[in-house]
Amino acid sequence: MTIATGNLQAGEPVFYLVDEHEHAEGSSTMLGFWIYLMSDCLIFAILFATYGVLGGNYAAGPAPKDLFDLSLVAVNTSMLLLSSITYGFAMLQMEQSRVGATQAWLAITGLFGLAFIGIELSEFAHMIHEGATPQRSAFLSSFFTLVGTHGLHVTFGLVWLVTLMTQVSRYGLTEANRRRLMCLSMFWHFLDVVWIGVFTFVYLMGMLR
Amino acid sequence: MFDNTDLVKAVFGRLSLESLPLHEPILVGTFAVVATGGLALFAAITYFRLWLYLWREWFTTVDHKRIGIMYMVLGIVMLLRGFADALMMRMQQAMAFNGSDGFLPAHHYDQVFTAHGVIMIFFVAMPLVTGLMNYVVPLQIGARDVSFPFLNNFSFWMTTGGAILVMFSLFIGEFARTGWLAYPPLSNLAYSPDVGVDYYIWALQVAGVGTLLSGVNLICTIVKLRAPGMTLMRMPVFTWTSLCTNILIVASFPVLTAVLALLSLDRYVGTNFFTNDFGGSPMMYVNLIWIWGHPEVYILALPAFGIFSEVTSTFSGKRLFGYTSMVYATVVITILSYLVWLHHFFTMGSGASVNSFFGITTMIISIPTGAKMFNWLFTMYRGRVRFELPMMWTLAFMLTFVIGGMTGVLLAVPPADFVLHNSLFLVAHFHNVIIGAVVFGAFAGIAYWFPKAFGFRLDPFWGKLSFWFWVTGFYFAFMPLYVLGLMGVTRRLRVFDDPSLQIWFVIAGIGAFLILLGIGCFLVQIAVSVMRREELRDVTGDPWDARTLEWATSSPPPDYNFAFTPVVHDTDAWWDMKRRGYHRPLGGFKAIHMPSNTATGIILAGFSTAMAFGLIWYIWWLAAASFIGLLAVAIGHTFNYHRDFHIPADEVVRVERARTELLAAGVKP
Repeated sequence: MTIATGNLQAGEPVFYLVDEHEHAEGSSTMLGFWIYLMSDCLIFAILFATYGVLGGNYAAGPAPKDLFDLSLVAVNTSMLLLSSITYGFAMLQMEQSRVGATQAWLAITGLFGLAFIGIELSEFAHMIHEGATPQRSAFLSSFFTLVGTHGLHVTFGLVWLVTLMTQVSRYGLTEANRRRLMCLSMFWHFLDVVWIGVFTFVYLMGMLR
Repeated sequence: MFDNTDLVKAVFGRLSLESLPLHEPILVGTFAVVATGGLALFAAITYFRLWLYLWREWFTTVDHKRIGIMYMVLGIVMLLRGFADALMMRMQQAMAFNGSDGFLPAHHYDQVFTAHGVIMIFFVAMPLVTGLMNYVVPLQIGARDVSFPFLNNFSFWMTTGGAILVMFSLFIGEFARTGWLAYPPLSNLAYSPDVGVDYYIWALQVAGVGTLLSGVNLICTIVKLRAPGMTLMRMPVFTWTSLCTNILIVASFPVLTAVLALLSLDRYVGTNFFTNDFGGSPMMYVNLIWIWGHPEVYILALPAFGIFSEVTSTFSGKRLFGYTSMVYATVVITILSYLVWLHHFFTMGSGASVNSFFGITTMIISIPTGAKMFNWLFTMYRGRVRFELPMMWTLAFMLTFVIGGMTGVLLAVPPADFVLHNSLFLVAHFHNVIIGAVVFGAFAGIAYWFPKAFGFRLDPFWGKLSFWFWVTGFYFAFMPLYVLGLMGVTRRLRVFDDPSLQIWFVIAGIGAFLILLGIGCFLVQIAVSVMRREELRDVTGDPWDARTLEWATSSPPPDYNFAFTPVVHDTDAWWDMKRRGYHRPLGGFKAIHMPSNTATGIILAGFSTAMAFGLIWYIWWLAAASFIGLLAVAIGHTFNYHRDFHIPADEVVRVERARTELLAAGVKP
């Protein structure tokens, strides 16, 4: 940025910019989105804390060992981790300004995300069928809420993904669309990180309890 | 054929004619007054053909100044409602002796004290503080607007949506009868089966979204949009306290959102987070809500500290004493406010070591706060103090807040707290600090920045009258409560057995009446000032001979705030400019890039409020339809890529020339 002195006499201090001091549109978006993500992270922190406090209260009902199928969870985890990788590929293609390849990788990401949600829903259905409902005990209340909130986030991410793919196909990889793809990318990876916490803290440690 | 009752249930949920409180004469009377007033307002707006103007210029605006003013209006309107509740409580408690039941039935009284707390914190203090930050911060940092102007508009309407839901609960159904934090198990479905707690939950959830987004917005604004030269340690103190407040908002409101979501799962789905059986733990709720609740106190207090800093420095004609220590004190308070939440329930019984930890952290907070107090005193020391209205509020704050702070330290001692917990001593303490800091601060801020926003000063006579009624009223209303609390009277009682206590409640009632006069005088002050605006007019843009950038532009500022972005060399940037011979630029204006207005914010907030109403009354079709509407409008909004325009250079030239003429005309011969 240049600080032009304009019609001020030489030697006087500069008190204003003669050239318009332009903040590019969206220059705060990345910072703002980071801050939003951190606030979302706090919601998860509260849900983790609640699970940590109440997660052992089975109320004479089923415990993690009776319910969790680790191999299914492993498949599910790999779905989400793979979707993060493919999203990364989409971003690499976006850097090269290749619309088609970007869209293709985004679509693959969406399919992995769908698979993740599908497996999670079938796991929930199975548990509820066995009588392990969210109402059964404080452990199950906090389990369903924590994992379900993550699932809701992924679902929301999918809606966002479809919206963005429509916008990319309609308007191309414009500056605004790139910024939006970056935001969704951060959101998607963030959900990945949260899931690693869920996987470790809820599923793996649950089997040890 | 369908069953008729089933159909009615499907359409109206649990809403029925019985939901209208027709059997409570007080509510019917209130409704008559509110409805008449509302109709009169509606008729007046229609008669003067103001709807289109309001819609175009105010409701859909993205200008931070107008949004700030709308927040202030919301806060003042809700103050009337919240204060009416306070007056009713004071009257009830002064009357209910010697076998008298007072005039409020228990069912109504419990709603009144809950609504009073909720409204005063969420819909009075928060809008007033947010409004001042919204108005002042971008001007103080030399920016054209906030980082996300559309979100700003949306945030305001979400806050308003929450306020509307609380107002609805007065006439449709009822409000919570649980106290302002709705502790379970009382707030669980088993003990509060009606809509009261649901109104509470959804009003706060809707408003909470607004608060969180406005927090993100202002952080980005302060971090990203400061004028060149304004380093962090050159920011005005009010901007610093705003930054810390908004960090606290972002770091604490998600906790409120989460804990209320868990409570609503308990109520709607039947989970067992906070129930007494199946492994639930009500104390989990109490912990979580205070992890939000304690920082919330500082969210309100810090901006007030910022206002007092600006006012003290301006009206003492001196640079703020100990700027750096003021900044550090603010940051330390921000951090410490997270480490004290358990002092709200020492009686939970978490043991001596836990209670000691939280007792000590609580006492430590008084150190940075005390440092601030000394900074203000030393700023005044040897200054030429002008006792204008904002400065009077500041002095009243210093005296009052020190008393409130000291009773706070008393309460921070766990053994003392076991005696005083939930007593009127506590009630007196937190009113002492919240009224002393936040309310006095808001009035100081209003008196200080009003000429900036409207171009004329507030009438000092009515302002001083309001000040004296408020301050004496405060002491009459709350000092008796300290006495009563020490005698062991607990809060939220509706009737009393011991007639010797009555005199104290009567004195407190007189205090509340004095505060009523103070509020009345404040409203008269605004009306009188509007009528006398030509006499009170300020053409300079700097009526107080102030020090920070917002006074460098005209009053009211143009849409674009500054024709040229200022360059900052000093903490007191405008003082520095005045001292070193700044000449206002008279030519070379260029087109200015600005965000355009949008109706999306108010539409989204409308859908959110309708959805909340549907969820409160189990009107599932309404909730679902509103949710779909919300999603559709939000997605549709992202397809609009053209959200800005340029104010043409001609327009800037016209506005600036008008100011030049005004300045020339205003120069005293």
